[in-house]
Amino acid sequence: MKLRQLVARIRNRGDGSAGEAEKPRTDGGATATATDPRARTRFQQFRDSEFIQSAPFWLPPFLLMGFFVYGAIGWNFWISLTDYSGFGSIDYFDLSLENYREMLNDPQIWDVTQNTFVLIILFTLACLVLGLLLAILLDRKIRFGRGFRTIYLLPFSLSFIVTAQFWRWMYNFEDGIVNQTFGFLGLGQHSWLGDPGLVLFSVIFALVWQFSGYTMVIYLAALQAIPTDQYEAARADGAGTFKMYWRVIIPQLKPAMVSASVVLVLFALKAFDFLYAIWGWRPRRGADILATKMVRESFQRQEWAYGASIALFLFILSLAIITPYLYQQYRRGNL
Amino acid sequence: MSEQTDPATESEPLEPEASGESFRERFRLRTVALYTALAALVVFYLIPIQSGLVTSFKTSSAVRETAPFIPPLSADAFTLDKWQFAFDALSDGVINSLLFTIPSTILCAIFGSMAAYGLTLTNWRGQTFIFALFIAGIFIPYQAVIIPLSEFWNVWIDFESRLGLLWGLPLLERRHATILELIVTHTAYGIPIVTVLFRAQYKSMSQEMMEAAKLDGASLWRTYRKIILPLSVPMFAVVFIFQFTQIWNEFLFSLIIIQSVSDPAASVTLILSGLGQALEGVDFPLRMAGAFIAALPTLIVYVLFADKFAEGVRV
Repeated sequence: MKLRQLVARIRNRGDGSAGEAEKPRTDGGATATATDPRARTRFQQFRDSEFIQSAPFWLPPFLLMGFFVYGAIGWNFWISLTDYSGFGSIDYFDLSLENYREMLNDPQIWDVTQNTFVLIILFTLACLVLGLLLAILLDRKIRFGRGFRTIYLLPFSLSFIVTAQFWRWMYNFEDGIVNQTFGFLGLGQHSWLGDPGLVLFSVIFALVWQFSGYTMVIYLAALQAIPTDQYEAARADGAGTFKMYWRVIIPQLKPAMVSASVVLVLFALKAFDFLYAIWGWRPRRGADILATKMVRESFQRQEWAYGASIALFLFILSLAIITPYLYQQYRRGNL
Repeated sequence: MSEQTDPATESEPLEPEASGESFRERFRLRTVALYTALAALVVFYLIPIQSGLVTSFKTSSAVRETAPFIPPLSADAFTLDKWQFAFDALSDGVINSLLFTIPSTILCAIFGSMAAYGLTLTNWRGQTFIFALFIAGIFIPYQAVIIPLSEFWNVWIDFESRLGLLWGLPLLERRHATILELIVTHTAYGIPIVTVLFRAQYKSMSQEMMEAAKLDGASLWRTYRKIILPLSVPMFAVVFIFQFTQIWNEFLFSLIIIQSVSDPAASVTLILSGLGQALEGVDFPLRMAGAFIAALPTLIVYVLFADKFAEGVRV
């Protein structure tokens, strides 16, 4: 290794002295000295106008995205201040905070918010732990390593609507695999998608099945960036496998963990598709979350303005997660 | 003294490795445990899919009588009827989904690459702020935009009646109005993630290259076309694969913009959500067959390009 580097370095030096290196140096020097005094202002002008010059590249996508994302959020806020419902048209000038007061007095909203938080926390933690386990198992020289990774990530490539069909069948009371396994183990049959005390956990389990492969990929990338001599050093210190991972490797995975959590939390906030595909507009009592309630209030009951106020609440929740994350990334110079 | 003990402590952990037999035994046990765990996990990740696949080929009586993970073994337990039925129900949806997924994937990639170029390989104030707005756009819960979105497309724009003349032309139908709306919507909401993907690559490109191009008097456009585009071909592949599966799998926008399962423009996920839902109960074999037809394009893309897909996920 060292010898090869040395040889390469010498060879580079040899190439440089063989004449090639001198050319660009004199060339660059000549242009710099010749144009320096006059071109300075021109260069400055050039730099100033780079904003203008680059605008054709970023401005059209920015306007399209900005209108549909930020414009729509502002529009949503405005609608939430009206009393728009049913099939009529929106009166944009009759504004009040009535919908927000209604939201505070809605007995459903607290249950739904609580469910949302339970879903977010359990789902994110389970994905982080299972994903880490998968990544550690795969981050060594094993046969078919790629094949295993492809299989574990497979559910993530499927649509929520598709996986919801699979899990409706898995959780089926009489013929589903889950109940058959439980019956076989003598644990009794349960109404996984009917019992209000169970439904949320059934949903979380299915979502973890679908998303743990995602966390695995994030961790694997981070693990592969850790130089192997750290493993060797820990080994030489006599650390066992568990101790090595706990003390040396896992602490270095923190940035990966943070960014994976942000993505997972936001996935959990919008886990609407999965719930809709199982229950339609109204999930079982224990599994109703903010996202499903928002869509139901607006698109089924046509309480548009009220739905818009729930949407804003949901937006503020996600903002509370994104803003610190983006700020931290900015401080670290990752943006 | 201490100098003498140092090598001794260093060599200690090496000793068990040197004493062959027991170490090899332990190593083999470990390997067995590792592969057992990996195989158990394979079962965990594949069983819902496997059970769905075998169920889709079963007759209704076979579904009741056999275990859900056992394939239909006898001839009278096996049927292709459900696949036939599901295909008839979903084939229009597959075409509609392709009609909006492919154009919006391509548009996303082009816009995303351009935006990333304009924000990364150039130099002006406020770049980071604009880019932060792009990133935040990835994380927006779509619930926060769907009411304005349905208002915008159904009341303000309403291509279906405004472009009424077009729908008389050959090859164009009324449903294409909704498809067009979906293309624009998916492009707009896909731009942020694609921009971030391209930016990650462009950031690693050398600034010297840009400086050199600038000194040669090449315009930004020329640099983009001659240098940046050829270098971003691999990233375009990643984006195509990732965005194709994302847009194909998407459901909420279909629900909001298309609205009805029976709409001629209904996407494949929208039709699937209502498939096999009858009063007398859920027809599971039909739903499973439908789920596989809806998942087939993404499954093919995923299995063929798993590495590229994983790369798209990573950012």
